[in-house]
Amino acid sequence: MGTDNSDRRTFFLTVMYGLWAAIGAALSIPAAIYLFFPPKLRQEQDWAEAGDVTKMVPKSPVEMVFRRNRVDGWRLLSEKSTAWAVKLDGGEVVAFAPQCTHLGCAYHFDEAKKQFLCPCHNSVFAIDGNVVAGPAPRPLDRFEAKVQNNKLLLGEIRESKETTG
Amino acid sequence: MKPVDSPQVKPGGGRLQQLAVWLDHRTGIETAVKNFLYENIPASSGWHQVLGSVAVFLFMLQAFTGVLLAFNYAPTPGDAYNSLRYIVTELTGGRLIRGLHHWGASMMIVVVVMHMLQVFLYGAYKKPREATGMAGVGLLLLTLAYGLTGYLLPWDNRAYWGTVVTTQIAAQAPLAGPYLSRFLGGAGAIGVVTFARFYGMHVLLLPPVTSLLIVLHVYLVRKHGVAPAPEDEALPPKKFYPEQVFKDTVAVFIAFVILFAMAVLVHIPLERIADPTDTTYIPRPEWYFLFLFQTLKLFEGPLEVFGSVVLPGLAILTLLLIPFIDRGKIVKLSKRTFAIAAASLAALGWTGLTVAAIVTTPKPEVAEVDFSGPTDWLELSPVEMAGIGYFRKENCISCHTVGEGKPKVGPDLAASTIHKNADWMIAHFKRPSAMVPGSSMPPIRLTDSQLNTLAAFLLKLTSKNAEALQSAPDFAVEGAMVYQANSCSGCHQVNGNGMKVGPPLNGLSKRRTKTWVESHFVNPQVMSPNTIMPPYKFTPRDMDQLTAYLFSLE
Repeated sequence: MGTDNSDRRTFFLTVMYGLWAAIGAALSIPAAIYLFFPPKLRQEQDWAEAGDVTKMVPKSPVEMVFRRNRVDGWRLLSEKSTAWAVKLDGGEVVAFAPQCTHLGCAYHFDEAKKQFLCPCHNSVFAIDGNVVAGPAPRPLDRFEAKVQNNKLLLGEIRESKETTG
Repeated sequence: MKPVDSPQVKPGGGRLQQLAVWLDHRTGIETAVKNFLYENIPASSGWHQVLGSVAVFLFMLQAFTGVLLAFNYAPTPGDAYNSLRYIVTELTGGRLIRGLHHWGASMMIVVVVMHMLQVFLYGAYKKPREATGMAGVGLLLLTLAYGLTGYLLPWDNRAYWGTVVTTQIAAQAPLAGPYLSRFLGGAGAIGVVTFARFYGMHVLLLPPVTSLLIVLHVYLVRKHGVAPAPEDEALPPKKFYPEQVFKDTVAVFIAFVILFAMAVLVHIPLERIADPTDTTYIPRPEWYFLFLFQTLKLFEGPLEVFGSVVLPGLAILTLLLIPFIDRGKIVKLSKRTFAIAAASLAALGWTGLTVAAIVTTPKPEVAEVDFSGPTDWLELSPVEMAGIGYFRKENCISCHTVGEGKPKVGPDLAASTIHKNADWMIAHFKRPSAMVPGSSMPPIRLTDSQLNTLAAFLLKLTSKNAEALQSAPDFAVEGAMVYQANSCSGCHQVNGNGMKVGPPLNGLSKRRTKTWVESHFVNPQVMSPNTIMPPYKFTPRDMDQLTAYLFSLE
């Protein structure tokens, strides 16, 4: 009788914990996917025209202000955006995202020093975007860029790779 | 009840046990849980007493899925609809979470009503359990209040028009009417204020009130004990844990499996975004309110308020007062003939009214667009839409992938590399091996204009929109094929494509009725004199599909 009772008890407990674990898994896994998976994107990337590249002087950054479409949750925003465009030595035009890679402050170009300076924590970037000084962990992020008919077209911002040293 | 002793460290107890004892000394948590679990319950308790636990579980599940929905939902009329569409069409798992919340609400009503019905049949509300019963009726009303306030939140036509009726009914209440109406923000039209009030009640007011009432209800159940059956007094009581908890768990699990299956399998349509100018919409409440809706029809003119407010009010009052009306001792179920008769009569009345309401609901004249899925197809031109039709007819996906999936014999049709121009593609459809040497694709035997639609569709196809375009409903695709076969675009525009001899056809549903459009096809000059449109003789099916397609265009 005693063992019978404890067998019954073990059975009850095993099934109970098993069922609650199943319910927990069936709820927490979809919830985690729902919260952490990025939304499906059906929008094709469109290229925004940022400005004219004919007047650009090599190694002299230009702040280009342009409108572009951005998906924000369920909204498609058309918003003002900024890029620092630079013609590099080889003639290639690159466009840096306007935020410091340290903590996202807006940086500016120091004409005298020919460097990008971030006012928040004094990160300094060279004209090619590499970190010269300060806490910034990686070079400036770049827009995907291409030149068509002398117009600079910009796509998504791509995070730059971390560099050591 | 004799309190359980607080736990002591047994000799040889491990670190974990020490921690448990420490925690219990500081918080009393283990003692409290044990006191709760090792409760005496009557000998007759068993499978028939699981409904209360299932109801509590469903309430917690609603809270959980509700919070998840709120994380991606913007509660204003401008954004509510779009954010809900975002949840169900773009977030992985969003459809499941919404399904659980939607069907969970219905299931909660079912379980709460079954729980109450059982209490009623057994007479479990009798002295000293009157307050327990009244708290239970309060919980039933709260459950209904969730249904009422939650109904507006998707902000589609169904939600909007359903709530218009609800607020108008509230406004009819004797004396309180004008105040209720103002409280619901519905003096006049339903707008941002009503929406904010409904959302505020649904997520801020009702949940804490419900939680408190559940605590009170469970406390009272504990205070008086589970109502015993008449023969229980002679038998020794049982413990709540583990056997009854096991039974409750099994019941909760079964309810959960049913709910989960419904959330996955049963589709919840989302209608067009709320349109206060829509003059054709026929509002219907959620299924559990249909009986009230039907009751209303039985009363006309000045008597209407009797059906809408007085009768439901009296019913609620009766439920609350039952413990004071029926005051005899608890007897066997088989001896409660009056209670059984009353419950059967209520069930019969409810079923009859609900069925009558369903039967008298007119079917929508034209097929409705389901906005709970992607609707990218709405932006396609009729040529491209017809192309989807031939794409399906020719069963292209038996040899080709579109965007995702295992590679098949033919190339991925969403890949931009195979999208040449339309002429090349049509030539390829006719003699595949002539354009692509070595191709094993059989020629497609369609007319030039049909092949042209196919090319037009394929040129639109990308890996990102493939899934969305393939979900275009059959009625619209077939309607577009009829449209294309009859060269309607020679005179009309759809989505900016076509000629402007006749009027553009977007927004037709706002201007004309289905009957008008159909009579117009048969004999245009009768409906609009001086028109140069020739008559068309469609088969009834073609006519249906074409009209439905045209009516779906905003």
